[in-house]
Amino acid sequence: MKKVFKKLFAIVLSSVTVALIPLSAFAGDAAYEETSYTYNLDYWGDVQDSPDFYTVCKVFTSTELGLDVKLKSPEGLFVSGDLLYLCDTGNNRIIEIKRVSSEKLEVQRIIDSFKGADNNTFNQPTDIAISEDGNFFIADKGNARVLKLDKDFNFLLEFVKPVDNTLDPTLVFQPSKLSVDTAERVYCIATGINKGLIKYEPDGTFSGFVGATKVTFDFMDYLWKKFATQVQRAQMESFVPTEYDNLYMDHEGFVYACTGAVTREDLRADKADAVRKINLMGNDIMVRNGEWPIYGDIHMGSGGGYEGPSYFSDVTVFPNDIFVCLDRNRGRCFGYDDQGHMVFAFGGNGNMDGYFRRPVAIEHFDHDLLVLDTLDCAITVFVPTHFGSLVYKAIEEFDQGHYVVSGEAWEEVMKLNGNYDLAYIGIGRSLLRQERYKEALRYFEVKYDDENYSKAYKQYRKEWVEDHIVIIVVVLLALFLVPMAIGKYKSIKHEMEISDIDWEKA
Amino acid sequence: MIAALTKKETWVRYFDSLKFALYIMTHPLDGYWDLTHEKRGTYAAANTILILTLAARILKLRYTSFIFMTVYWEELNIFLYLGSVLFPLALWVIGNWALTTLFDGKGKLGQVYIATCYGLAPYPLIQIPLMIFSNFVTVEEGQFYMVLSVISLIYCAIWIVAGMGQIHEFSAGKNLLFTVASLFAMLVMVFILLIFFSMVSQGVYYFISLGREFLFRL
Repeated sequence: MKKVFKKLFAIVLSSVTVALIPLSAFAGDAAYEETSYTYNLDYWGDVQDSPDFYTVCKVFTSTELGLDVKLKSPEGLFVSGDLLYLCDTGNNRIIEIKRVSSEKLEVQRIIDSFKGADNNTFNQPTDIAISEDGNFFIADKGNARVLKLDKDFNFLLEFVKPVDNTLDPTLVFQPSKLSVDTAERVYCIATGINKGLIKYEPDGTFSGFVGATKVTFDFMDYLWKKFATQVQRAQMESFVPTEYDNLYMDHEGFVYACTGAVTREDLRADKADAVRKINLMGNDIMVRNGEWPIYGDIHMGSGGGYEGPSYFSDVTVFPNDIFVCLDRNRGRCFGYDDQGHMVFAFGGNGNMDGYFRRPVAIEHFDHDLLVLDTLDCAITVFVPTHFGSLVYKAIEEFDQGHYVVSGEAWEEVMKLNGNYDLAYIGIGRSLLRQERYKEALRYFEVKYDDENYSKAYKQYRKEWVEDHIVIIVVVLLALFLVPMAIGKYKSIKHEMEISDIDWEKA
Repeated sequence: MIAALTKKETWVRYFDSLKFALYIMTHPLDGYWDLTHEKRGTYAAANTILILTLAARILKLRYTSFIFMTVYWEELNIFLYLGSVLFPLALWVIGNWALTTLFDGKGKLGQVYIATCYGLAPYPLIQIPLMIFSNFVTVEEGQFYMVLSVISLIYCAIWIVAGMGQIHEFSAGKNLLFTVASLFAMLVMVFILLIFFSMVSQGVYYFISLGREFLFRL
């Protein structure tokens, strides 16, 4: 918040005076600039072009996968080991795909039924998850259940609509997205249930809702409601939490949950979060130290037929804690690091490779990204470029404590992209760890990183004082002694003069 | 006029009046009374203080540590930035004089200007050392900067108000009333200026479009 003030301070001062020149209305329109495929935001929030971070390796449609029955509005992706599971929602089946390499995916099995239950087919399966024990959890949306199957697709359990007094009894249970933790507890998102993630115990009992989104609440609206009649009140928007759109469980067991049902105003006022990191208690523990909030595009002007904030439809988390959010609105992927700094943003809407029409799911293999488009019925595989690999290397080496190697990697990154703020700060942090404070200061100052600058400066100042302690003591002593000596000299001189006079008189 | 510059008395009076700003900083009521009634203030000194204030503002942009002030240089217009001091100052001086002169204010327009400028003296005197100091602190120690910075502004504001009371020979209550009234007068003037400029620009645009139309038909 302080940073925002600081920025406002500078901006407001200059903009207040702009009001003095109404004639400036005649100035021409701002020049239209085309931005590159990949971009990033700098300290000021200006969009900075960037070399590509990810590049399309291959696009897999039904033909490339060799499927006889074409995919029909697929919605879910799940990666387990080297296997990829694809929920072919429209065809009521699940496809198991083996990843041979980045550019080679092979269909292994097509699962459209299971054993051991009366209703042994799927009806619009929207998501799948696999526990550590190898059991399958499938959101069987059309059948209003979450299935638990063993690895040979034998029925084990089913999770049904939660028994909870606060739920509308007429509501049809439509589980859409789910995730499983190591103890086989299920976290599920269902259409029309906005109390948070539905949590089931391993034995199938419902144990509560976790991590409901913040309820936004406007004091003026509240006042209006106080004075409104019953009918008017019913017509007003009610203060309820928003539904999550998707979730992902990271390697540490934290759930990343994203939602697109947020307004520009709420995002800007910090009343809503587009993506949250939820711990077991259901609290948001996302670190938001970035210059800009984590909600994708910060410039939301309408352009190319798209307007409003980014609509995060899915999120995936790399083992290095970088998480990638998928924006369904503008067809973009946004990567953020564990501190909430934007690492990359790329993509767009369209029909070319690397552009999307309605991306709904994102997953990753190693550093590769897989994006599922439900209208194109295609999986796009992205692989990191040289630039992207260097950034990953720099971040991962730093996390492992190899600060010198990390610093060298950031230097390489900076050579490829001089507008990349993280590179400057990365070099600075590497130098800071190497106790080369004076050099670190320069890098932090260039990119306005005051926290790290202060850390480096504190050490630098300490060293400086220790090195110059003799001079400092001498100067301080001189400051006291010199005026004292002058005073003494003057008084002696004065006394001598007086005594001279006395002597002459005598 | 220029001949006066060669005389020693001119310079003595100038430096005396400039030094008097320091006296006012510690003795606002007594100092401001003498400023006009004893003619201790001069335009030259007032202008000097104003220029120092403007210089402090510009220096701050460049030399304050980025921890406290980051400047988006691409958007900065130095003349508009100076205008952000000069324009409110001009509005205040004119607004205050115009109002008080109707209600028994003894101060003349020039005296209001001189007193206001003398009131600005704490700003460069606090802000310039503070600007140097800012480069030797970390974020945690930044509160000192923030507090002193705010103090310098409050200092100026209180001194200007006190000065107005003395030169107009107002009682404290009347002085406060006219301070608020002057601020309101400033708003009114801004409103009128806005209307004026938008009318003028529309008027100009009318002739421009007339000319364009004429050129199309040729």
